[in-house]
Amino acid sequence: MNKTELQKMAVEVRKGIVTGVHAAKAGHPGGSLSAADVFTYLYFEEMNIDPENPKDPGRDRFVLSKGHTAPGLYSVLAHRGYFPVEDLKTLRHVGSHLQGHPCIQHTPGIDMSSGSLGQGISAAVGMALSAKLSGDTYRVYTLLGDGEIQEGQVWEAAMFAGHRKLDNLCVIVDNNGLQIDGPVDQVCSPYPIDKKFEAFNFHVVSVDDGNDFDQLKAAFDEAKATKGMPTAIVMKTLKGKGVSYMENQVGWHGKAPNDEEYAIAMADLEKAGEALCQK
Amino acid sequence: MSEVKKVATRQSYGEALVELGKEHENLVVLDADLAAATQTGKFRAVFPDRHIDCGIAECNMIGIAAGIATTGKVPFASTFAMFAAGRAFEQVRNSVGYPHLNVKIGATHAGISVGEDGATHQCNEDIALMRTIPGMTVINPSDDVEAKAAVRAAYEMDGPVYLRFGRLAVPVINDKPEYKFEVGKGVTLRDGRDVAIVATGLCVNSALEAADLLKAEGVDARVINIHTIKPIDAELIAKAAKECGRIVTVEEHSVIGGLGSAVCDVLCERQPAPVKKIGVQDVFGESGPAVKLLEKYRLDGKGVYEQVMEFVK
Repeated sequence: MNKTELQKMAVEVRKGIVTGVHAAKAGHPGGSLSAADVFTYLYFEEMNIDPENPKDPGRDRFVLSKGHTAPGLYSVLAHRGYFPVEDLKTLRHVGSHLQGHPCIQHTPGIDMSSGSLGQGISAAVGMALSAKLSGDTYRVYTLLGDGEIQEGQVWEAAMFAGHRKLDNLCVIVDNNGLQIDGPVDQVCSPYPIDKKFEAFNFHVVSVDDGNDFDQLKAAFDEAKATKGMPTAIVMKTLKGKGVSYMENQVGWHGKAPNDEEYAIAMADLEKAGEALCQK
Repeated sequence: MSEVKKVATRQSYGEALVELGKEHENLVVLDADLAAATQTGKFRAVFPDRHIDCGIAECNMIGIAAGIATTGKVPFASTFAMFAAGRAFEQVRNSVGYPHLNVKIGATHAGISVGEDGATHQCNEDIALMRTIPGMTVINPSDDVEAKAAVRAAYEMDGPVYLRFGRLAVPVINDKPEYKFEVGKGVTLRDGRDVAIVATGLCVNSALEAADLLKAEGVDARVINIHTIKPIDAELIAKAAKECGRIVTVEEHSVIGGLGSAVCDVLCERQPAPVKKIGVQDVFGESGPAVKLLEKYRLDGKGVYEQVMEFVK
């Protein structure tokens, strides 16, 4: 996909997020929207995957360590063809395959159950290690929140990945700057994030705008070209990106829009989509 | 009296892993800086590339095992029971149990028979914790023969398994040609009609010794070995309650939530009967030689015998 096509797809992914969370009357729109572009890039450009064959042993893997942003992952999986986009409206409903947090047993395309913060990265490390043990060439990607890296297990996993030189592992930190109780640097600062991963023997790529596809492409290309150590992409993003009243607002971490707010959000996104069509 | 052969079940674990490793290339072993103590060092000596030392980071080890399991390999994650079931409980629940991954947890140094290290390392809660996780199989073998059979059975079945092993060398009691291990099937080791002693792990031997002492007092005790605490052999336990009228459970574990509780769960629904739960009461352990501790906490043959006598008289 070219950049405009990716941007258009990201708008559709964002619509799916808003639609799902609105229908669920619960969920996490803020961090889903900040990561919508990286979800889109991974599933439409970067990863070697086949929605027709979601269990292909040779596929690249993705673990959503910040599992509460499942609405974003579900939306991209639906748009990529793993299941009908209509299913997004069943998010968090009783009997739906779209659980509040990703579940490997319920949803096609989910490579690992996650949601309890700090655990997904360890599973991703295990997958990367397994590939090394048997000489497989697939790559493993995992997305963490900047609040999530307050969890000690993240650094246990990072120490192991650096020690084992897992260059088939790409850790992405969605640095949108906000967590439930407030700005991350006020709650319990994780900064400097880049230097921490460097100290754990990662190659670190800092991305100034993780909502920009050119910068994402450059970062993932650099990660893929890096040998002998795992890569951490630390990307600055805008929480709530694409929905005017949600942008950079702590309150939209884990809250669903009401009918009126839903209409405004969809109008914002329609407008963004139309602007891209003028290009 | 001839010398009884004694083997610690952690040693059986290490040896069984080596044997299985020869047969199955997809078996990998993880440890958290305790390879000598858990005996996975035996596996490392033969298959260094398939032995993964995660360092002192048990939560991460369980997560890594989960990730490995998603790729089709069969990981045995090994550490002390305190850290596998205790420290990493939530990782076991959410990264292994919830996705129902094919991870085998080899937990050594369970119970007070850890000995000198004392209460911080004596896990008397692991059976209780593990059996609450949906889909988790919980096995507590009684000796060397059973431990080896259990490791093999765990490999051969699909899904998460918690295997509980001990540090102390314990008598080999199952070294018989007719011995057969089946997950979820209890074993009646001795028939009797006055009381049924349902035991697990190293306490199975204590139960057998107690049954001999009881016999001399005219009490005819049935002895049942429950190596699989989940899924439990409800049929066998209900039948014992019906035929013997009274049940005694014996375990090197807290009387809260372990075998005793699992047996009561069965009986209260199927065959109500008086139950005496022998185990570690609601207390922490302490330092001391393992054998002395088993004596003090009345989990040896004599202690079990005395408590059964108090119960049946």
